[in-house]
Amino acid sequence: MAIGVTNAPEKRKSSGSILNDSHVRGLFYQALTVIILALLVYWIADNTIENLRRANIASGYGFLNSRAGFDVGQSLIAFSSDSTYGRALVVGFVNTLLVAITGIITATVIGFIVGIGRLSHNWIIAKLSLTYVEVFRNIPPLLVIFFWYSGVLSILPQPRDAITLPFNTFVSNRGLTFPKPIFEEGSQYTILALLIAVAASFVFARYARQRQMATGQRIPVLWPVLGLVIGLPVLTFLATGSPLSFDVPVEGRFNLVGGSVIGPEFLSLYLALSFYTAAFIAEIVRAGIRGVSKGQTEAAHALGIRPRLTTRLVVVPQAMRIIIPPLTSQYLNLTKNSSLAVAIGYADLVAVGGTILNQTGQSIEVVSIWLIVYLSLSLATSLFMNWYNARMALVER
Amino acid sequence: MARRILTALVCAAVAGIGANVASAATLDDVKSKGFVQCGVNTGLAGFAAPDAAGNWSGFDVDYCKAIAAAIFGDGSKVKYTPTSAKERFPALQSGEVDVLARNTTWTINRDTALGFNFRPVNYYDGQGFMVRKSLDVKSALELSGAAVCVQTGTTTELNLADYFKANNLQYNPVVFEKLEEVNAAYDAGRCDVYTTDQSGLYSLRLTLSNPDDHIILPEIISKEPLGPAVRQGDDQWFDIVSWVHYALVQAEEFGITQANVEEMKKSENPDVQRFLGVEADSKIGTDLGLTNEWAVNIIKAVGNYGEVFDRNIGAGSPLKIERGLNALWNKGGIQYAPPVR
Repeated sequence: MAIGVTNAPEKRKSSGSILNDSHVRGLFYQALTVIILALLVYWIADNTIENLRRANIASGYGFLNSRAGFDVGQSLIAFSSDSTYGRALVVGFVNTLLVAITGIITATVIGFIVGIGRLSHNWIIAKLSLTYVEVFRNIPPLLVIFFWYSGVLSILPQPRDAITLPFNTFVSNRGLTFPKPIFEEGSQYTILALLIAVAASFVFARYARQRQMATGQRIPVLWPVLGLVIGLPVLTFLATGSPLSFDVPVEGRFNLVGGSVIGPEFLSLYLALSFYTAAFIAEIVRAGIRGVSKGQTEAAHALGIRPRLTTRLVVVPQAMRIIIPPLTSQYLNLTKNSSLAVAIGYADLVAVGGTILNQTGQSIEVVSIWLIVYLSLSLATSLFMNWYNARMALVER
Repeated sequence: MARRILTALVCAAVAGIGANVASAATLDDVKSKGFVQCGVNTGLAGFAAPDAAGNWSGFDVDYCKAIAAAIFGDGSKVKYTPTSAKERFPALQSGEVDVLARNTTWTINRDTALGFNFRPVNYYDGQGFMVRKSLDVKSALELSGAAVCVQTGTTTELNLADYFKANNLQYNPVVFEKLEEVNAAYDAGRCDVYTTDQSGLYSLRLTLSNPDDHIILPEIISKEPLGPAVRQGDDQWFDIVSWVHYALVQAEEFGITQANVEEMKKSENPDVQRFLGVEADSKIGTDLGLTNEWAVNIIKAVGNYGEVFDRNIGAGSPLKIERGLNALWNKGGIQYAPPVR
């Protein structure tokens, strides 16, 4: 309405009556909208408070400090039935975060591979990538989750007949069980050595680059860096007397006992979300690369830049500018889709919150926590991606 | 999630409406509409399940039929409302159903805060465990290290945590929101143990791919008294629902069955005569707001308590649950009816 006013020519005012003044009308309708909205919010809030009062339901967040009384199957932090409801929500939040972050990384990797595959001149690779995209893009994510959970992982053998992989790793319908590393006294030096090696590599790479810029001479970077990052920690590890042992899983009465377990619930959700979102990312990547004008490639070739370097230095940086904004949306989608975990019993924020909601009846409080957490997660992802986008954006002089 | 919020809001909203509805005489409503609206389980074999033709049968369903028979002399004047665990309480509070006969545990919270009335316990239940026979487990105390399938948001989940903690056992909970999901996970071998009310385990075992491969462990780790629930504030209706159960139990105690009820009317025993309403000037039925034939009608429709039990969940059914606590008080159980006098 405000836009209409700015475009309105002066002569409108000549009609005289205030009823015909588009500016006044605009203000009137805006005020009306605000009043109706306010009344609606007031009505809902009043109704809720009245109903809560009638049903004798106490509101407030005090219940977060009460004893939970239930156990959670998958938890990265210590949790028992004696922990509080608040801690149970933290467990759920950490689980959501875990599946979101690992899912985003895997989806990005698969998405880039498939997206580039679709542009391949190799007929088989292009068609395989096309099939992948069309299959996963057109199935609801919940079905993909069920496919992995019921179709793939639940038909794996029982723990006592588990498939044995190298390094005492077992695959069964209880998930992937592998030896748990136990860091003993002195192992911190190895980690320290690794950190030093990584830092030194960065410094070296930077030096090599500056030298090439200044003198045109190229120093090999890959091999020295690899040697540094692998060699230094290994030497330290041996020098400090190999301070690492493993808790190896062994067959117990019911399950494999010991070691670390990645449950089938997490695996199904992680695989499903990664594969599903990767299909969309692939299309975004393809669109981004296609979006770079052909003249850019031709110009680079005319300058004598080799095809691989053309892709790396000319096409991809420009494609990234097209890719990043829609990529952010896909990351947000993946994070929000992780709430489908409730269907297969993965203890994410929504599943744990649902249990608490059923036990305490504090529905409004639990729902508000869900909303705030997902909103914060999404905003944080957006902020990060906006910052990254700004870094990648065309620098205009 | 939207549905859950909605449910919560509706629950809150109907709690208010329920108070108004409850003040009306339910018996008059039922008589004027011509049938009893009965809230039952969505499908638990033996307790309440529809067959292919849509005819309901089961232990809880027989209670609905018995109430209808007591009022109308015809056990078929019932309409069933299948309710999930979450829907059952709003359905009763709002007056959508007249009585809830749905494996509902009598707890103080439901008796007071939720505004219901419970009195007779028609099935004394308790939480139990089911495992595969091949695991060779004889007692729940051997379950340390097992993966346990359980439905989330139930008292079962809390009892489970308490039991394992109290006995210092380790376990790995595998939780799902829906009963069907828990069944599927247990059947697929995702977990070693399935826990819920023991009667439920007997029923669910029948739905597994190989029921004979599973056994139910002897331990009962909680008290789950199940019984019909009505709204608070209508004593007449509450009395009718309660005495329908007591009549069934009393009939078993007297040895009155569906087959011999007409014969028993000629009994010389004054207690039996009074119970069956053949005593001169009997007012027992009319005092309840029913006819003097009420007990006869109930027994004609469904038989006595023992017959209802055996036919649906006991020896005469695929579930083969033993009477246990649900035997009559003079036969080692705790089913007991106050005197009909």
